[in-house]
Amino acid sequence: MDILSLFVLIPVLTITSILLVKDNRQVRLVSSIGMGVQLVMAAVLIFLYLSARHAGNTAEMLFVQDHLWFKSLNIHYTVGVDGISVAMIGLTSIVVFAGIFASWEVEFLRKEFFVSLILLATGVFGFFISIDLFTMFLFYELAVIPMYLLIGIWGTGPKEYSAMKLTLMLMGGSALLLVGLLGIYFNSSPDGNSLTFNILEISKVVIPLPAQRLFFPLTFVGFGVLGALFPFHTWSPDGHASAPTAVSMLHAGVLMKLGGYGAFRVAIFLMPEAAHELSWIFIILTSISVVYGAFGAIAQKDLKYINAYSSVSHCGLVLFAILMMNQTAMNGAIIQMISHGLMTALFFALIGMIYGRTHTRMIYEMGGLMKVIPFLSVGYVIAGLASLGLPGLSGFVAEMTIFVGAFQHPELFYRVVTILAVSSIVITAVYILRVVAILLLGPTTNEHFEHLPDAKWFEKISVVTLIGSVAAIGLAPFWLSSMIGTSLHPIIEKIVALNPF
Amino acid sequence: MSLSTFLIMRHEILLTVAVLLVLMAEIFWNPEKKQGISLFSIILLGVITVIGFLPAPTGPLFGGMYISSGTRLLMKNILNIGALLVFIQSVTWLKKEENYEKVSEYFLLLISTLIGMNFMISAGHFLIFYIGIELATIPIAALAAYDRYRNKSAEAGIKLILMSALSSGVLLYGLSMIYGTTGTMYFSEVASLFTNSSLQILGFIFFFSGMAFKISIVPFHLWTADVYEGAPVNITSYLSVISKGAAVFILMIILYKVFPVIILTWQKTLFVTSILTMTIGNLFAIRQQNLKRFLAFSSISQAGYILLGFIGGNQLGMASVIYYVLVYIFSNLGAFGVVTAISNATGKENIDDYNGLYHTNPGLSLIMTLALFSLAGIPPVAGFFGKFFLFTAAAQKGFYLLVLIAVLNTIISLFYYLLVVKAMFISKSETPIAKFNSDFPTKLALGICAAGIFATGFASVIFEMIKNLSFGV
Repeated sequence: MDILSLFVLIPVLTITSILLVKDNRQVRLVSSIGMGVQLVMAAVLIFLYLSARHAGNTAEMLFVQDHLWFKSLNIHYTVGVDGISVAMIGLTSIVVFAGIFASWEVEFLRKEFFVSLILLATGVFGFFISIDLFTMFLFYELAVIPMYLLIGIWGTGPKEYSAMKLTLMLMGGSALLLVGLLGIYFNSSPDGNSLTFNILEISKVVIPLPAQRLFFPLTFVGFGVLGALFPFHTWSPDGHASAPTAVSMLHAGVLMKLGGYGAFRVAIFLMPEAAHELSWIFIILTSISVVYGAFGAIAQKDLKYINAYSSVSHCGLVLFAILMMNQTAMNGAIIQMISHGLMTALFFALIGMIYGRTHTRMIYEMGGLMKVIPFLSVGYVIAGLASLGLPGLSGFVAEMTIFVGAFQHPELFYRVVTILAVSSIVITAVYILRVVAILLLGPTTNEHFEHLPDAKWFEKISVVTLIGSVAAIGLAPFWLSSMIGTSLHPIIEKIVALNPF
Repeated sequence: MSLSTFLIMRHEILLTVAVLLVLMAEIFWNPEKKQGISLFSIILLGVITVIGFLPAPTGPLFGGMYISSGTRLLMKNILNIGALLVFIQSVTWLKKEENYEKVSEYFLLLISTLIGMNFMISAGHFLIFYIGIELATIPIAALAAYDRYRNKSAEAGIKLILMSALSSGVLLYGLSMIYGTTGTMYFSEVASLFTNSSLQILGFIFFFSGMAFKISIVPFHLWTADVYEGAPVNITSYLSVISKGAAVFILMIILYKVFPVIILTWQKTLFVTSILTMTIGNLFAIRQQNLKRFLAFSSISQAGYILLGFIGGNQLGMASVIYYVLVYIFSNLGAFGVVTAISNATGKENIDDYNGLYHTNPGLSLIMTLALFSLAGIPPVAGFFGKFFLFTAAAQKGFYLLVLIAVLNTIISLFYYLLVVKAMFISKSETPIAKFNSDFPTKLALGICAAGIFATGFASVIFEMIKNLSFGV
């Protein structure tokens, strides 16, 4: 049974049924059922994966399915998962599920909205299950394009500008990526006779160093644009701020993780020598992302901009940790992806719900919301605490692991950048607590806001799903980190064998 | 003429018969029901297209002046499919009162150009090639001036004929040098006698410039936008897809077959011209308001990508170019089909006129979006696969810099394609184009295009078949 292809098939079927539905009100029902099934499937997948591992299956990728597609170029449709992709699939299905409920009240062109949203999700799921670079790239680009319409049509503020900026910058990234992938492909076989796009097969080959020096930066920056690598992060604040709620959730929560995942799975895994050689450049850039993003968040007054800059900072941390190239830091990077994905989705969901009530996102125009809308406010505080790394929530586990891993490097350079990056924790605390204080605590400053309705049932579903997941990772991180860790092990071995620190 | 000769050159012979039949129809058809000629011509070309796909002997004829091979048959079939789509798209427009008297001329001239293209592609001798290229061009000039009472259309016709006369002159001058230095015009003999002398290189450059006019490669593209804008939409789409495709095919064949000795020279030529063509086509497209001019510049830049496909002189390159032309036929005719439909119904051709189109005509907007995404190379539509293979072919020979420039160019092109998408989906309009129902031929043509845009990408058999028929230097 090809369980992985179901993750592409279910969204496609959902889209088809949405298109067939006549009544506009049933659209969201169909969407929620489809994505609910997807969530259940993700749980089943995690269970199957863990039991297969438990039974002693130590293959690098499980549930591999391989179909020859373009014979003459040896392009396959190949799917397979390890612990890391399983975790990312789980994350995606949670965020998409929550996103459907967070956009329950979209009125304008409802059908088109849900179709685009699920199309976006299809691309993301496809990306995470692919182990053939061609298929991976196809799904990657598939995920970027619905974004333009989603932001352009249903967004707020300068939406046309933001949508265009986001699309062009991300496609610019994928342009670099395409060249990088072609470079990898044409160096994937020493004798040039059995070129392949299959990641596992390429990883067994040593790509010549001159080629690596050329294509590693292209690939890394290509993915890095999506992962908000400084100075290519500028699409992110505008894009997130203009996007409708569910799209911000999905984008910050999942799409930005495509960047980190790809940088790790393709750039570093396939070209480790060049990664070692050139990592210092990107470590400096990511450290700037981490600190600059955090400072940027302090300066903002718009809730979405605050969160968008915070995402730049947190996603920068993911790339930072990946570049450290040791087991602990990389483990932390993956957990950070999951943790940040859930947390930031929660943030954006809540911001969307608050905005839906107050019609403003400027923090100084609001105040004392805790008394008026307690459910949403408490959710916001929990998300904030997770973001600043409070023990017991997911953020703590992730950041702790990352910094411990990063500090293991004995060289001065790594120590210095790690200390710089750690400072972002303090800055994060500043902007999170500042918002909580102004927005939620104190007296209600605006009399119009004294009788706002609290969360409705569908909003509660969305928020509770996300909070539950954040807390689950925070309270029981070990099953997740062991699932990731065992899959990371062979990858790390390959990388570390070249250069133990 | 024996049966096997007939079978080898059946495309040309059948098309000639079709021309005669349409002529007869013009004479004997009931003048009250002239619309029937449209259907008659479509059926004729449809039958010929189908026959073209049937297996048949191949080989040289007339002592090697005419060559038929699997690759060339494939190219002819692809052009036939495209021409058939243009025919179907034209029906609604030909129903208009002012075109009523000229229906059969329209099909007569178009089929004549198709004969020219077929001869051109099957050429094994520069004279046949030259006759073919003239036959493929001159009737088009008459068609560009089809609306002869509209100044712009007349201007387009005269511009096209003057430019093609000039380019033919340049081309012939180049050929004369090649003839002068090698003493022959047969492809195979020229190839073996070519010695890379400077006069021969000069001859090649003139030949290439002449072809560059036909494909509208920068810096020989200046006629394109004016002619595309002035000519009737259907002629524009025919020019931008079929004529361009045919010229690309024969240029590729000649470069591969006749000039393999100077591959380094033509690689440099293609390198420079393809960068110029992509970049300038894209930059000018950004500023266009009229959709026909817009698509004209977009098609210039598309020619740049196509050149990039066969720069390597490899088998994969030829396969990717043929495949891309097929994809391009569906995509560009999809876009032009929507422009035609809207132009027929309302006479509007500007991007601003499309504001809010999705709310009134969702079907047309969706097909336009698909077509534009395919032109931009966005998955899951066929354009993505087409571009990917073109770039792969260039990368196979190490042209990574060129590929990088090309993909960055696709970002520029995505920008202006998205401007149209933005107009249709996002922009609001006080006076949107009213809801209208297209008639059956329009729907049929758009449906085929949409199906083609999806199917040619995913169905890998198509690419594999093309790859098997292709060859390298």
